[in-house]
Amino acid sequence: MMVAKPGLDGHDRGARILARCFRDAGFEVIYTGCHQTPEQIAVTAIQEDIDCVGLSCLSGAHRYLFPEVVELLRKKGAGDITVIGGGIIPNRDFKLLYDAGLKGIFTPGIPLDSIVEWVNKNITPKG
Amino acid sequence: MEVTKRVRRGDVRAVSRLIRDIEDHIPGARSTIKHIFEHTGKAHVVGFTGSPGAGKSTLIDAAISLFRKAGKTVGVLLVDPTSPYSGGAILGDRVRMQRHTEDTGVFVRSLATRGALGGLSKAVGDAIHVLDAMGKDIIIVETVGTGQQEVEIINHAHTVVVVLVPGMGDEIQALKAGILEIADIFVLNKANRDGTGKLYGEIMNMLNIVGSFPGGWRPPIIKIENVFEPASVGESLEELSGKIDEHYQNLVDRDLLGDRIRRKVVGELNDALRSVILEPVLEKLVETGELNRMVDRLIERKSDPYTIAEEVAREHLNGNI
Repeated sequence: MMVAKPGLDGHDRGARILARCFRDAGFEVIYTGCHQTPEQIAVTAIQEDIDCVGLSCLSGAHRYLFPEVVELLRKKGAGDITVIGGGIIPNRDFKLLYDAGLKGIFTPGIPLDSIVEWVNKNITPKG
Repeated sequence: MEVTKRVRRGDVRAVSRLIRDIEDHIPGARSTIKHIFEHTGKAHVVGFTGSPGAGKSTLIDAAISLFRKAGKTVGVLLVDPTSPYSGGAILGDRVRMQRHTEDTGVFVRSLATRGALGGLSKAVGDAIHVLDAMGKDIIIVETVGTGQQEVEIINHAHTVVVVLVPGMGDEIQALKAGILEIADIFVLNKANRDGTGKLYGEIMNMLNIVGSFPGGWRPPIIKIENVFEPASVGESLEELSGKIDEHYQNLVDRDLLGDRIRRKVVGELNDALRSVILEPVLEKLVETGELNRMVDRLIERKSDPYTIAEEVAREHLNGNI
């Protein structure tokens, strides 16, 4: 797993809790911190051979940043890496994000366990 | 072989998948290592070790910049601990070196210890070979935050940098065996803090007692103040990267590189023997439930570990040991 925060949003508590939660579920989690460009996230995901990238954004810039990560991965020949996202995301943006290639969207109030469960069910480790 | 070619071309996806397969003990990875081994042994491997929070990742970030400026390509392996409870891990060393992410001359990979002691992951040795075959000039390995005993890095690195910070203990700590013995270069980090002078004196004293240094290399002590204020630390960082080069050159000039390589190869052979001979036997014992029966015999004091080990050798290794 990789947990990353794209853009200028510095509210990383949610991302950290999620990273910790995946750690406790037995995942190896690459945590890259705040203020990442989509390019940095895509390159890191490839260098670390990630199965699933989790993006967190609370600033409202998800409409641009999330699809950009998916697109860059695709361009770099790594379209097989699943991208999911979470944060303050209005329902009306879900369609745009799913259409852009995100596979899951998790907003406040969703139990952490159900996110882990989703990943366990939907992601098959490569190799 | 296809994978070998892609790795040697520097194909990042091939390299990162191969490192994952090495970590996961995928049989195909072992045969790839057999193919790339002859193309390795060219890179200068530099280890960074020291206690958690000493500043290893941040120093490595600065070192990468200087090596890149000198026109060298850099591979970086960052080891962080695996949870003894869940088997999971948070690998967070990359946070400190984000500015190199988009530089194609730098390849960074995180590894979890997965239960290995010694401050590294079992996959480190082979991962170094992969980055070496990929053509990286310098390979930097960061250990987990170490205490006193995690000295496994000496079996992999040509040059070991030990990062210390003031305020971690008195002069008795400096007398002890272990991590302070393995330094080729000391960095006294966060040297703007109280206790720096005292720590410097203690390391100095420790070195003064040593009669002679192999290859005449007395480990230098480099004080680095605040890495986040490049204006004031620029010189000491350059001193660090200079000493790293100088140390390697000294090994070459004095014909000592062979000793380090021999130490590295002995360690690798040890690991390979273990994974080819011991691990399959152990797996079989676990699978058949034989191991549990042996443990019961030991608990009931019906046998002893040596007798049982000899029985296993007779049965599984045709008594050849």
